Amino acid sequence: MNTNENTILDKPMTSKDLVTDQDVRWCPGCGDYSILKQVQTVLPELGLKREEIVFISGIGCSSRFPYYMETFGMHSIHGRATAIASGLKASRPELSVWIITGDGDALSIGGNHFIHLLRRNFDVNILLFNNQIYGLTKGQYSPTSEEGKITKSTPFGSLDHPFNPLALSMGADATFVARSMDRDPVHLKEMLRRTHKHKGASFLEIYQNCNVFNDGAFFIYTDKETKKLETLMVEHGKPLIFGDKNEKGIRLDGYAPVIVDLADGNSTNDLWIHDEKDRLKAEILTRFFDNPIHENHMPRVFGVIYSEDRPCYEEMLVNQIADTISKRGNGNLDALLKGKESWVIS
Amino acid sequence: MAEKKELLEEVTIRFAGDSGDGMQLTGMQFTNTTALFGNDLSTFPDYPAEIRAPQGTLAGVSGFQIHFGSIDIHTPGDECDVLVAMNAAALKANIRLLKQGGIIIANIDGFDTKNLRLSGYGEENNPLTNGTLEKYHLYQFDITKLTRNSLAESGLTTKEIDRSKNMFILGFIYWMYNRPIENSINFLNEKFSKKQDILDSNIKVLKAGYHFGETTETFMTRYDVKKAKMVPGAYRNIMGNQATAYAMIAASQKAGVNLFYGTYPITPASDILHELSKQKVFGVKTFQAEDEIAAICSAIGASFGGSFGTTASSGPGIALKTEAMGLAVNLELPLLIINVQRGGPSTGLPTKTEQSDLLQAIYGRNGEAPIPVIAASSPGDCFGAAYEACRIALEHMTPVILLTDGYIANGAEPWQYPTAESLPPIHVQFEKPKTNAEEKFLPYKRDEKLSRPWAIPGTKGLEHRIGGLEKQHETGNISYDPENHEFMVKMRAAKVDKIADYIPLQKLDSGNEKAKVLVLGWGSTYGSIKTGLIQARAEGCDVSHAHLRHVFPFPKNLESILKNFDTVLIPEMNNGQLIKLIRDQFLIPAIGLNKIKGLPFNASEIKDKVVELSK
Repeated sequence: MNTNENTILDKPMTSKDLVTDQDVRWCPGCGDYSILKQVQTVLPELGLKREEIVFISGIGCSSRFPYYMETFGMHSIHGRATAIASGLKASRPELSVWIITGDGDALSIGGNHFIHLLRRNFDVNILLFNNQIYGLTKGQYSPTSEEGKITKSTPFGSLDHPFNPLALSMGADATFVARSMDRDPVHLKEMLRRTHKHKGASFLEIYQNCNVFNDGAFFIYTDKETKKLETLMVEHGKPLIFGDKNEKGIRLDGYAPVIVDLADGNSTNDLWIHDEKDRLKAEILTRFFDNPIHENHMPRVFGVIYSEDRPCYEEMLVNQIADTISKRGNGNLDALLKGKESWVIS
Repeated sequence: MAEKKELLEEVTIRFAGDSGDGMQLTGMQFTNTTALFGNDLSTFPDYPAEIRAPQGTLAGVSGFQIHFGSIDIHTPGDECDVLVAMNAAALKANIRLLKQGGIIIANIDGFDTKNLRLSGYGEENNPLTNGTLEKYHLYQFDITKLTRNSLAESGLTTKEIDRSKNMFILGFIYWMYNRPIENSINFLNEKFSKKQDILDSNIKVLKAGYHFGETTETFMTRYDVKKAKMVPGAYRNIMGNQATAYAMIAASQKAGVNLFYGTYPITPASDILHELSKQKVFGVKTFQAEDEIAAICSAIGASFGGSFGTTASSGPGIALKTEAMGLAVNLELPLLIINVQRGGPSTGLPTKTEQSDLLQAIYGRNGEAPIPVIAASSPGDCFGAAYEACRIALEHMTPVILLTDGYIANGAEPWQYPTAESLPPIHVQFEKPKTNAEEKFLPYKRDEKLSRPWAIPGTKGLEHRIGGLEKQHETGNISYDPENHEFMVKMRAAKVDKIADYIPLQKLDSGNEKAKVLVLGWGSTYGSIKTGLIQARAEGCDVSHAHLRHVFPFPKNLESILKNFDTVLIPEMNNGQLIKLIRDQFLIPAIGLNKIKGLPFNASEIKDKVVELSK
């Protein structure tokens, strides 16, 4: 194989140029294949040069991702992709840095770096492949597994209350919060574009099916049968509508979301209009997190839930240095070594 | 005024007081002035881990020792000639360090009933009055009261006034040792430039202390310590952590690579961060990470991007960085890891010194993960050692560990500073873009040093993936092949061993090439050994001294040096670590001398052992 030819000759990048000569080693039927494909499809549209793109991952099934992308990449250690990407971005702000992580990698062993990256707002893209299970270690529950989960390590059911990744990221003052799924390529591609477009730490949670250890965890959101009733696809400036025939809407009663039936004479004018810039409402949307087995549960939200402009860490770091140099001039090594007080012995 | 002047070759003063009494600042001021005056010197700050332990207690005593003279000075002094005791606890904690016949300068106000009780002397048992200090020269005056009197008109509160009493003692000691006060006035002008009333009062008290010496009848003797005969050259005073930070900047400038420093605050390493964060004019990027792991990982990310990633910590933090250090071994990227050692294990003795992380540095990782180790021997040598560590990391594409310790990191000495031009060059070459599509880039193809290319993102045609999984030779692709794994393990070891071809041969620091005893040291024991051996030779011992900067790999000629001596003595501030390496590699019956008290060796301890072995 040689996929290098095109870019080296300065032809526009194609999806094919992003395929490496390494065999993809995920289990057949894994949701990761779809995510890889969508990323390879979207990247050439973004106007980037291939050598400017870096994928950094931690440990886990999803973290093999960089090996399959013909860009720069690092498959690092468990939970630390976010920390490594922070240093890379601080040192090379012009690069397009993508972090590939999973529910265990980002929210368990790497939870600390994840929240700190968000608050600092490095301009990176975080793709969290959430399959609510530990796949690489062969089937223990994860920090996003539902309560009572029966797994190899919890034969009598898990006791842990799960993380709500989007609410967590809002709590860490993330500037971009979105959710998509492996089985909706159109939506996923759009979310990847938005993730890239946002300047700042962009957090995209992707529901990803692990067909070996947790098959069907998200079927209720991805299957044709139930998808329209159980998912709420939000778009900026549009009313919150869902249901098989778009017959349901969501209205805000104070801070309480209420599902209304549009067939009952409720007007779409009274519905909650999605505003990505509205932090308070975004926080309510991230709390649409009920277990769907409960009656009267809210639908799960997909799309860009929150987006905010805030200066990026690496930009401020560069500016602070430039500012200091413009005021004091470039550093002089001899002056530094000599210091303010020195003497000569002859 | 019956003033007498006495000429001394060397003096050791220990300033001791409550943590809040400003003894560190007083000591540093006296140090700077003394350095500028032209004495050789060595200092030892000795302070508690608690920021403000209860006032008046032994736990709260903070000390600063300075040894200066007109002769060569290599240690902060085994015993003091002068002890400044700002309160009873300071006296109680330090009296054992004072020579018989030494001078005590005591602040009477610090010996009231409360202080006597808290210090453990007991309210009825005032050492200033009960005769127990007869074998010393005791000078006592009420520094608190004298300070308050001199600022009676200042309009400051009593609390603010009392804070400047350290200036009184500083002024007094300046008078006693015939030093000018102008240097400290300049310092105060800068420090309090925005607080005129505090500035005025501090200068007033400093002068009051000096004049008190001139006018008081209590004191009879002033001392002169002439300039030292030092090697001709340009000098400045420097602290170890400061020297380390300067070396990192110098190395990045000489190599033409941006410096990135990712760290998490920890005693006694934090001053490196404080120093580097000031140096933005050199483009230094400092990053105070959320934890030790993020600190080293951010540095690895920076190095991947083509900056020089560096990090520092002390023992507990280094333990946390261990996994990432293994990653750096596999990635084969430049990385500097500084361990400013302190007493361990666990949290151990945060503000006390120790050399007990040597084996951790050499062996403390999972798998076969060799990392070169460099050790600094004095505050000034932190510069040379750190610069060498940076050079090896950048030229050999490897993580490097630099070991210093709390003693030299916080200690100060006159330093013959280099010019930028005189520093050895550091050669760094990023891999060039590939324009020929036929030629596949091999990220793990090695050069004559067995190093791989530094291929940074943004370079056309060099797209590649690296990671913690075992890699195939040359291609860097994941490989679980048994033969390849063994090959790569041995390759990584050979690459580090090969560094021995690019470092200086070991030299003797003093003594003959063949002698009865060789003292082999590493790190901060340098000054104690050097001084101890001068004393031992005066007693007729045939002894030489070699001091290791390169601890792993060893210089190539080390074995041949060791074979020239009947006995090899290895003093260490640990339970015997270098000695294990020496015995293991060279199969010689080296003898250990170990001190694990959180304190540096006294020169006399080294001398006594050498004398014993010479019999």
